[in-house]
Amino acid sequence: MKLIVCINHVPDTTAKINIGNDAKSIDRTGVTYIINPYDEFAVEECLRWKEKHSGEVVAVSLGGDTHKETLRKALAMGADKAVLLKDDAPRDSYSVARALADFIKKQSPDAVFFGKQSIDSDDAAVGLMVAEMLGWPSASVAVKIELTGDHATATCEIEGGHETIALKLPAVFTAQKGLNEPRYPSLKGIMTSKNKPIEEESPAPPQNKSEVVAMKRPAAKNAGKIVGTDVSAVPELVRLLHEEAKVI
Amino acid sequence: MPRFQGVDYYNLNELLGQEEKLARDAVRAFVEENVLPIIEKHYRAGTFPMDLVPKMAELGLFGPTLPAKYGCAEMNNVSYGLLMQELERGDSGVRSFASVQSGLVMYPIYAFGSEEHKERWLPLLASGKAVGCFGLTEPDYGSNPGGMITRAERKDGGFVLNGAKMWITNGTLADVAVVWAKLDGEIRGFLVEKGSKGFTAPEMHGKHSLRASVTSELVFQDCWIPESNLLPTSGGLKSPLMCLSQARYGIAWGAVGSAMACYDAALNYAKSRIQFGKPIAAFQLTQEKLVHMLSEITKAQLMCLQLGRLKDQNKAKFTQISLAKRNNVYHALEIARMAREILGANGILDEYPVMRHANNLESVKTYEGTHEMHTLIVGEDITGIAAFE
Repeated sequence: MKLIVCINHVPDTTAKINIGNDAKSIDRTGVTYIINPYDEFAVEECLRWKEKHSGEVVAVSLGGDTHKETLRKALAMGADKAVLLKDDAPRDSYSVARALADFIKKQSPDAVFFGKQSIDSDDAAVGLMVAEMLGWPSASVAVKIELTGDHATATCEIEGGHETIALKLPAVFTAQKGLNEPRYPSLKGIMTSKNKPIEEESPAPPQNKSEVVAMKRPAAKNAGKIVGTDVSAVPELVRLLHEEAKVI
Repeated sequence: MPRFQGVDYYNLNELLGQEEKLARDAVRAFVEENVLPIIEKHYRAGTFPMDLVPKMAELGLFGPTLPAKYGCAEMNNVSYGLLMQELERGDSGVRSFASVQSGLVMYPIYAFGSEEHKERWLPLLASGKAVGCFGLTEPDYGSNPGGMITRAERKDGGFVLNGAKMWITNGTLADVAVVWAKLDGEIRGFLVEKGSKGFTAPEMHGKHSLRASVTSELVFQDCWIPESNLLPTSGGLKSPLMCLSQARYGIAWGAVGSAMACYDAALNYAKSRIQFGKPIAAFQLTQEKLVHMLSEITKAQLMCLQLGRLKDQNKAKFTQISLAKRNNVYHALEIARMAREILGANGILDEYPVMRHANNLESVKTYEGTHEMHTLIVGEDITGIAAFE
């Protein structure tokens, strides 16, 4: 079977983010980039499907040349091929989804995997937009996926519980933490990946439908107040939470 | 605690290739998730975490520079160094396990073994299905291994070994020992398999250092091994010294890993520990320590990287490896002690990695060529006069 995993190259979770001079984007200086952590679950799931059902895993990413680092990691984990949809412009979820959907349509895979969201802008939108654009069924925030023939059963997180969805391939899945335990790229995998191709394509995404007008940091938090250190402080704490903070 | 980001004040990351970075990051994540959560428990108990072995093998940490046809990754020496750095950021004992398996067992089998030796042992050792050890040092011959007493004599179509080795990492665990003994007055390498009659490997106890590592004696009493267990192209003291060069190279990098762990712990602690109404990082004496640590780490990193590049071009001299081992371990130990000072009383607790690294580094400073011997090796190289002969 043919599986496509869409991955993003995002600032490291521990990176200190500063806002750029244009006040609309982040300052990339000194920021380490990693594969979007949720996308690692998506890559791992594809690799497990491939190991069980045989086939091919193609990793794709839309962005500049730096995205090759993340594609290389997917190859080192075991993906067979990688495609960079080379595009340096700032994009919103819609135009990214459109470019990915166009690419996926040409490839006609059996299934497409995303992380449930990308930790840079946290929109959690692209995977589902792609499913809509392709007219395919989707299961989002999946923590378990089982495949029988061309039918899949996915267990997905919903508010306060889980739901189980049956869907027919081709389909789109977005991966949540817990779906699997992503493997480390082995040293042999890293060396073999040097011989695997990263193809480049020039996508033609449509105009963005939204634009970033301004970006700013959250207001700095004020220092906390210590009301007391033993049980005698409880009444005062309750009063302040009620009257000043107005949270109870 | 935030996830470890490495210490890279000079953006040396930019000097690394894609596979070098991927390898380092894979092992860094492996150590974070598999070594750090369990290491203090093993250090306290004085046990090596054997369940790490299959995982380390799966990652490819045993013999990673050897050819793919033996099941190895065939990486370059800079990658190998980075792997050792990251493993020792976890614990020196874990790095020692990989160093011994790779540099002191797989390397001599690869360099001096017959094709049969290589085909039989290298895949087993790479996959962690077999563990190896290296027996050179003896109770009375440490810095002067050429004086070794262990002898091999020809008998019944094979050899009989007599003698004893000491301070042997993994000795008790090993399925195969690479043993150096004098045959007709010349030092040769032999493979001695676990269970050979006349061969025992009792564990040494009472260590205050490298507690998460097995250290053993190897005792040979009329131990007969077949003719085919001789490493055919080994000959003279040069052969084991070539192995030691491999291992010392890994140690030079490993020390940087220990130093990074201690610096990271000290920096985080200094920023959060409040005394006199401000973090102790605000005091000039603390800042001086932290800057000294960072400065020595940065120099050691540069030294390792260039040494690795030279080694990848077959241009690294053993004296250059000596200088790096000597310098980096010396400063890693200094950094570990300084970190302990910054952490104050907390520094002695195993809630922090600092005292464990400091204790480990006391061994590392002495093993694989003492600090003093490396000084004299470089001293001989630059003056042309050997001080130890």
